[in-house]
Amino acid sequence: MAHIKLLNEELPGIVGLLNYRPETARPLLDLAETLLRGPSSLTSGEREIIAASVSYRNDCHFCHTSHAAAAAAHLGTGLGLIDDIKVGLPNTPVSDKLRALLVVAHHVQKGGKNVTEDDISIARKQGATDQEIHDTVLIAAAFCMYNRYVDGLGTWAPGPNEAYTEMGERMAKVGYGKG
Amino acid sequence: MAHIELNNDLPGIRGLMAYRPETETPLNALAEMLLRNDDNTLSRGERELIGAYVSYLNDCFFCQNVHGAMAGHYLGCDIEQIDQMKQDFKSNGLSDKMKALLSIAASVQKGGKNVTEQQIQEARDAGATDVEIHDTVLIAAAFCMFNRYVDGLATWAPEDRQFYVNRAPQRAQEGYQSSVYK
Repeated sequence: MAHIKLLNEELPGIVGLLNYRPETARPLLDLAETLLRGPSSLTSGEREIIAASVSYRNDCHFCHTSHAAAAAAHLGTGLGLIDDIKVGLPNTPVSDKLRALLVVAHHVQKGGKNVTEDDISIARKQGATDQEIHDTVLIAAAFCMYNRYVDGLGTWAPGPNEAYTEMGERMAKVGYGKG
Repeated sequence: MAHIELNNDLPGIRGLMAYRPETETPLNALAEMLLRNDDNTLSRGERELIGAYVSYLNDCFFCQNVHGAMAGHYLGCDIEQIDQMKQDFKSNGLSDKMKALLSIAASVQKGGKNVTEQQIQEARDAGATDVEIHDTVLIAAAFCMFNRYVDGLATWAPEDRQFYVNRAPQRAQEGYQSSVYK
């Protein structure tokens, strides 16, 4: 049970919080929509992988599993991607550029000052543009917010990966804050 | 120098926002709603203090000075008093409710799962409402984003702390969604 009395305790993770406080839900959803589905030279699948991987490192089950399911829906990989993200994507064909950006994202997760010039230089060598580096840092930072919001208020989350299939499909195909 | 070419010389998050207006809009809307919207039983000063305190814990010079100066502006405190609150909020003249909420914010900064039922109970016993607890958690979480954004891209920040104090009154008046400092 959540730390506060939500309006609808059946809604899992951030969904119950967004329903509880519509005033803050609007900018939170707009930010997710822009970061994960807005115009970018990174695909939505790549951006959802960054979000899911940071969420896993923050030990946020709801955000990790739901965003990995969204990435799976974008990329057509199947739900195996959820567990593959946990171990560094050995079984998923992703670009070296994305792997370099994930290093940047993982350093942001530890704290902004952990990102090194070397991290940036390696990402550039793999073809990452300045805007892709910017968006990677902001996606990683934003999930350090969403994860803390979801767990800091003690929300509940469905356990098994399969419970997130439909949610991932909706996040990928419909988007954030759209009906 | 920032890790990426921003094509402007604005400090901290302002330079990042000018670089990427698409993400500027929701980020500013979030800051405005969390910190400045007056339909809230926590005062602007109290909410800015939570932001400044979490930024201090995250060692983000730009954010802790911007929001420390904003808190000082609203609460009528100088830099030293705000510094003392950040360093040891328990021994200062804050209300029991604010002390309990700052304790929750400190736990959120470490990671969401660090917040305990006992901390929530202590906040409730000191008069905090559920919405106030919600907003405290979300403000603390949001600053874990803003701080990482600002430092993860290695933006520059004015060293003179008076710079932030001087700007606070106009920012308080115009809010986070205006483009006053561009």
